[in-house]
Amino acid sequence: MEQFQMIRYLDENGNLLNSEISKALSLDFIKELYERLTLVRAFDRKAISLQRQGRLGTYAPFEGQEAAQVGSALALQPNDWLFPTYRDHAASITFGHSLKTILLYWNGRLEGCVPPEGKKIFPPAVPIATQLLHATGAAMAEKRKGTNNAAIVYFGDGATSEGDFHEGLNFASVFKAPVVFFNQNNQFAISVPIEKQMNSETIAQKSVAYSIPGIRIDGNDIFAVYFETKKAIERARRGEGPTLIEAVTWRYGAHTTADDPSKYRDQNNSEKRRENGDPIIRLERYMKNEGIWDEEWKEEIVSKAGKTIEKAIEEMESFPEPNIDDLFAHVFAEPTWTIKDQRDQYYEFLRGVNQ
Amino acid sequence: MSVIAAKTQKLSLVQAVTDGLRTVMKDQEEVLVLGEDVGKNGGVFRATEGLQQEFGEDRVIDTPLSEAGIVGTAIGLAINGFLPVVEMQFLGFIYPAFEQIMSHATRIRMRTMSRFHVPMVIRAPYGAGVKAPEIHSDSVEAIFTHMPGIKVVCPSNPYDAKGLLIASIEDPDPVLFLEPMRSYRAFKDEVPTERYTVEIGKANRLKEGTDVTVIAWGAMIPLAMKAAENAQKQNIHCEVIDLRTLYPLDRETISTSVQKTGRAVIIHEAHATSGLGADILSLIQDTSFLYLKAPIQRVTGFDVPVPFYTLEKHYLPDENRIIEAIKRAVNF
Repeated sequence: MEQFQMIRYLDENGNLLNSEISKALSLDFIKELYERLTLVRAFDRKAISLQRQGRLGTYAPFEGQEAAQVGSALALQPNDWLFPTYRDHAASITFGHSLKTILLYWNGRLEGCVPPEGKKIFPPAVPIATQLLHATGAAMAEKRKGTNNAAIVYFGDGATSEGDFHEGLNFASVFKAPVVFFNQNNQFAISVPIEKQMNSETIAQKSVAYSIPGIRIDGNDIFAVYFETKKAIERARRGEGPTLIEAVTWRYGAHTTADDPSKYRDQNNSEKRRENGDPIIRLERYMKNEGIWDEEWKEEIVSKAGKTIEKAIEEMESFPEPNIDDLFAHVFAEPTWTIKDQRDQYYEFLRGVNQ
Repeated sequence: MSVIAAKTQKLSLVQAVTDGLRTVMKDQEEVLVLGEDVGKNGGVFRATEGLQQEFGEDRVIDTPLSEAGIVGTAIGLAINGFLPVVEMQFLGFIYPAFEQIMSHATRIRMRTMSRFHVPMVIRAPYGAGVKAPEIHSDSVEAIFTHMPGIKVVCPSNPYDAKGLLIASIEDPDPVLFLEPMRSYRAFKDEVPTERYTVEIGKANRLKEGTDVTVIAWGAMIPLAMKAAENAQKQNIHCEVIDLRTLYPLDRETISTSVQKTGRAVIIHEAHATSGLGADILSLIQDTSFLYLKAPIQRVTGFDVPVPFYTLEKHYLPDENRIIEAIKRAVNF
């Protein structure tokens, strides 16, 4: 698998391995990356704690995968499409979802699936791999319209075992759809490790079967993620079709707040990975090596992130009560008589009960 | 049949489908046809014959052999400005696409509070009686009428096929469009050449009568009509209702008729248990309980997989079973 060597731009000690990108690395850009990573990590931790306090429902954490999500979503243009799974809040936030919206989603609110006006962010896919086809179709539509917009779709390693993964790659390849398939190989599908998920060495190599480019990158190296995704997106815009990106990463915690990772793996190993591969520590080391690290600035952004998150929580918790109308209003453009009748009967019942 | 057309042509049901597609495709660039073999081959039943020559490979798209792929991709096209009309070669082949329909097509509107919606039509030939191989003859409409978020339409004749298909394409939500393959080429009707619609959700009273309401759809309609004519010879006057839309049902037409006749016979070739007949029965019970003079009768396929074709004539409701049920209702 010579051709699918892991691409890295930044090693664990923060040394730049790819000097070509130096000129693109302005101080502002590096700081922006760091600030975004800091915000989403703090958000993720806070969300878990809110779930523990009963202020959110079940939540799917992404800690460890921040660079993969932030780096890839930053490579998009505003008119592109983003198709996330239930673990890709950092990508959605980076592309324009508010923190409040993500919290609303995990708080069981329909509003949590609605992107800001004009933002083409699809609701998170809950079934595995199904969204690869939606992204392919949306990308085919952009191509037919003659735009140069592209789509990115996120999925995990487990998704590569699903038929829809292969159908998505095949369709996109056949129709040269401008779509980037962004795999976050976090190495566990709930409790099943990658070795039991597939017998291939890499996910990137699955691109060969579809004659599309496949690349394997260090998903905790935000430079590699950003620049390689950007290349794939630009390739899609040029009409050269899809790319499969395997971003090798790791989730430190559970699949969701409903499972316990210590049941299926040694969490000490997981913690060791922080020292050797953590996306934020690595960027910090790079900044220190470059002499652009500023402790005061860090404190500032940490405190700013905290405030942003607190504000989002406040917005989520002061959000108006769910409107019962919404239970019935959005099944069809115009509710069928069955739905209207059921709605009216329910309202009558409620009126009776409240009397 | 309220439209008075200046010009008509005699078409079979499958030709009316083609004509419906052509009519809409001429008017609306956004309409795309996707499916296996729909292009060069014109579909296994020739429902898309000639369309690729006329509208090009970009609009009549031969896809990879992948039902989930077709429906999933069509969802992506639909949320992004197109009006895909997907062909499943047979309704019994829809199962791989089931997840895409159930988990996504039906609920994207609700999940996004109408920010995104899926104006997609899935056409599927269905039903037994044409000596097809196994799995090709399934009639599983009830699986889809059960799922909120998709409408289910089933024409029984060429005129309705064109009008309902155009209405389905115009509908902003997903529609499963069932085509009775047994009726595809069984007869021809005058079909207007112009664009017209038959309203979704409206049943059609095909025959007036006073003694018993016979409710059916799709390929069961010709049988129901024949049974009704035979019953007439025995002085039983059947009112025959062609549902045309299976979700949402036409409550008014069904209840008005049953309240007049006091009796109902429901016919479907799908399996009995949890079949649509049970829902129609419940609707009649809700609206017309005090008018009933006899228990409502059902004539259905049996609770067995649609069999290999040497047995299908025993599986399918036939004229004699229908007449027997009509008599059971009348003589109660």
